Amino acid sequence: MSASLLALESVTAAYGRLPVLHDVSLQVRPGDIVSLIGANGAGKSTTMMTICGRPRASRGRVLFDGADITRCPTHEIARLGICQAPEGRRIFGRMTVMENLQMGAIVANAPDGFEADLARVFALFPRLKDRASQRGGTLSGGEQQMLAIARALMGRPKLLLLDEPSLGLAPLVVKQIFEAIKALNADGLTVFLVEQNAYHALKLADRGYVMVNGRITMTGTGAELLASEDVRSAYLDGAASEAEEPVSS
Amino acid sequence: MLTVVAIVFFGRLALNLFVWQAEYPLAAPFAKLFTSEPFERRDLVTYAVTCIFGAAWIVTGLVLEEAVYGVLGTVVLLFVGLGLLRRAILQRFPDLPYAQIFIACGIAFALFFPIVSYALESVFHLGLPLRYWFDLSILILTYVMLGWGLNIVVGLAGLLDLGYVAFYAVGAYTFALLATHFGFGFWMCLPIAGAAAALWGVILGFPVLRLRGDYLAIVTLAFGEIVRIVLLNWTEVTGGPNGIAGIPKPTFFGLPFSPFAEGMTFSKFFGVPYDGLYALIFLYYVILVLALLTNLVTLRLRRLPVGRAWEAMREDEIACRSLGINTTLTKLSAFATGAMFGGLAGCFFATRQGFVSPESFTFIESAIILAIVVLGGMGSQLGVAIAAVVMVGGFEALRHTAGLQAIFGDEFDPALYRMLLFGIAMVGIMVWRPRGLVSSRAPTIALGDADTISGDLVRQGRG
Repeated sequence: MSASLLALESVTAAYGRLPVLHDVSLQVRPGDIVSLIGANGAGKSTTMMTICGRPRASRGRVLFDGADITRCPTHEIARLGICQAPEGRRIFGRMTVMENLQMGAIVANAPDGFEADLARVFALFPRLKDRASQRGGTLSGGEQQMLAIARALMGRPKLLLLDEPSLGLAPLVVKQIFEAIKALNADGLTVFLVEQNAYHALKLADRGYVMVNGRITMTGTGAELLASEDVRSAYLDGAASEAEEPVSS
Repeated sequence: MLTVVAIVFFGRLALNLFVWQAEYPLAAPFAKLFTSEPFERRDLVTYAVTCIFGAAWIVTGLVLEEAVYGVLGTVVLLFVGLGLLRRAILQRFPDLPYAQIFIACGIAFALFFPIVSYALESVFHLGLPLRYWFDLSILILTYVMLGWGLNIVVGLAGLLDLGYVAFYAVGAYTFALLATHFGFGFWMCLPIAGAAAALWGVILGFPVLRLRGDYLAIVTLAFGEIVRIVLLNWTEVTGGPNGIAGIPKPTFFGLPFSPFAEGMTFSKFFGVPYDGLYALIFLYYVILVLALLTNLVTLRLRRLPVGRAWEAMREDEIACRSLGINTTLTKLSAFATGAMFGGLAGCFFATRQGFVSPESFTFIESAIILAIVVLGGMGSQLGVAIAAVVMVGGFEALRHTAGLQAIFGDEFDPALYRMLLFGIAMVGIMVWRPRGLVSSRAPTIALGDADTISGDLVRQGRG
C-alpha cells in the first residue's frame, strides 16, 4: 500500500449539504490501470472530481505520490502530474485541434518537448493529425474523445484520469479508445478509469472497484470482478439485481 | 419628386407583371450581384434599365438643382456598378487573400487620410470640411480602440462586461486630476491612467471571479454605475456634475500647438503659420497609434499562453482548470488588460475634449461599445473595426440627410430616429449574421495551411 501513486483514505465529499461519497478508500499503484465502475449517480465522477479538489473532500485525505493534495487548488493538482480527460470530453470547440493540444501542454513545463509530445500523440491517434487544423467542435464524437485524451497526454501526466471515455460512442470506436488506453499503459502510464461500460473497463483493469450509492462495495482484480456473479448480474447482463451488499473478495 | 418615384415604381411593377411574369422577382437580379450564378439576358436588361434610370435621375437633379435626385441616382449607379465590379474581380481572381487586402487598404487609408486631405485642401482650396472630418475620424478611432479593448474581455475571455465605460472614466479622470492638480502632461499621464484603470479592473475582477454570464453582466453594470455616481457626487475631488475643465492638450515632443503658449510652439519651431488643424491631425495620429497598439498587443497575446488561456476559458472553464490553468489569474489578467486599454482611451478622451464630466460616461456608452463588439463578431479584430466605423460613422451620417428631409418634409430630423435605426440594424444583424459581421476565428497555430471555418459551423462555446 505504501507504494500507491494515488490513494484516497476514507474520503467523504458532498455537494453543499448533499453527501455523495461516504468513506471511500482506494489505491492506484504505479503502472496499473484501475477501473471504478458503477451505475448512474453512484458517485464515480464525483470521486474523480474530488481527486481534483472540486468538490473538496470534507473528511479523509487524498494522497498523490505520498503528498497530501486534499487542500490543493485544482490547477496545482493538475501541475503535479494528474491530467484528466473529463466527462463529456469538454474540448475547446471553437479552437483547432492544434490549439487544444497546446492548451494541454501548458502544465508540461517542457518548452522544447512540445514537438516530441505532439509526435507521440499523433502516433497514438493518427486521425488527429489529419484533423490538426480543424475546429474541435467539428470533430466526430470519437475524434473528440481522442482529442480529450491526447490533450491530457500533452501535459506529460504521471497519472491519467479518464472519466467515461466510452460515453456516447459507437462500439467500434470504444474498442479503439480502449486499445489506445492499453497501449499507453504498456508504455508505463498509470491510468485511473471511471466507466459505466463495465466489461471493457474491467477487462483492461489490473484492479477494479465497484461503487454503489457513494460507497465502494467491491474490489478485486479486473478478472475477479468480471467473474463475480454480483458484478455480472448488476452491470453486465443488464438485469437489475441487488448489488447493495458489500462483498469483498 | 413623388411622380417620378411613382412612375419608376409602377413601371417596374408593370415590367415585372407583364413582361417577365411573376416567377422572376424584382430583387433577383440584384441579389445575383452577391453570388456567382451566371447572368441571364434579362438580368443584364434589368441592370441596363436601372442604370438608365439612375442616370436620368442625376440629370433631373442637375437640371432642377435638387440634390435628392442626384443622390438617389448616384446611389443606384454605385450599387449596380460596384456590384458588377465585385463580381468581375471575384471571377477573374478567385484566390486572392481579400481579407488581407482589405485590411491593408484600411490601414493605409487610415495612415494617409489626414495628410492627403490636408495637402489637397492647402493646394487646391476645395473648401473641404476638414475640421469636421478629423473630429469625426478621431471619434471613430476612439470607439475602435474601446471596441478592441472590450473585445479582450468579452470576445476573447468570454466575460460579459456591461460596465466597460467605468475604466474609460477612470482613465479620463486620472489624467484630468493629475493634470489640474500637479500639472502633469499627457504623455506622462498616459501610462499612469492605463495602470490606474488596470488596477480598477483587478478590483472589479476580484468580487466577480465566481460569476459568469448574466450574473457577471449585472455586477459589471452596477460597477459602471457606481463609478459614475461617485464621480457625480464626490464634488470636492471630481467637481461633481460640473466636471473638470482646463485639461491640457498633448504636446508634440514638448512643443505645444496653441498660438498663445509661451516659449517655443509647434508652428514657430517648424516655421509654418499657425493652423488649428495641426493639433487635430496630431490627435488623430495619437489615437490611431493607440488603437493599432491595442490591436497589435491583442494579436500577440492571442499567440501567447495567456491569450490562449483566455480563449480556452471562454470555451470551457472547468476543462481549463483540469488542464492546470489558474482561472483566477486568467480572469483577472483579462479584466486588467481590457481595462488598461479602456483607461488609455479615457486619457486620450480627456485631452481631446479638454473637459471631463460624468455625463460622458453613462451606461449608453458601455452599451454602444458592447454593441460594436457583438455586431463585429466577438473575438474578431477586423469585425470590431468595421462595426465601430458603421455604428459611429453611420449615426453621424444621419445628421446629413438633406435628401431624406426632402422626401419626408423639412421637420423630419433623422437624428431623432437614431435609436430606432440602431435597434433595427441590431435585429437585422442578429437575424442574418447571428455571430456578428465577421464570424470566423483565425487559428493561432497550424500544421501546414490554416483554414478559417465560420463560427456558424461550430456549436455555441458554452461547454
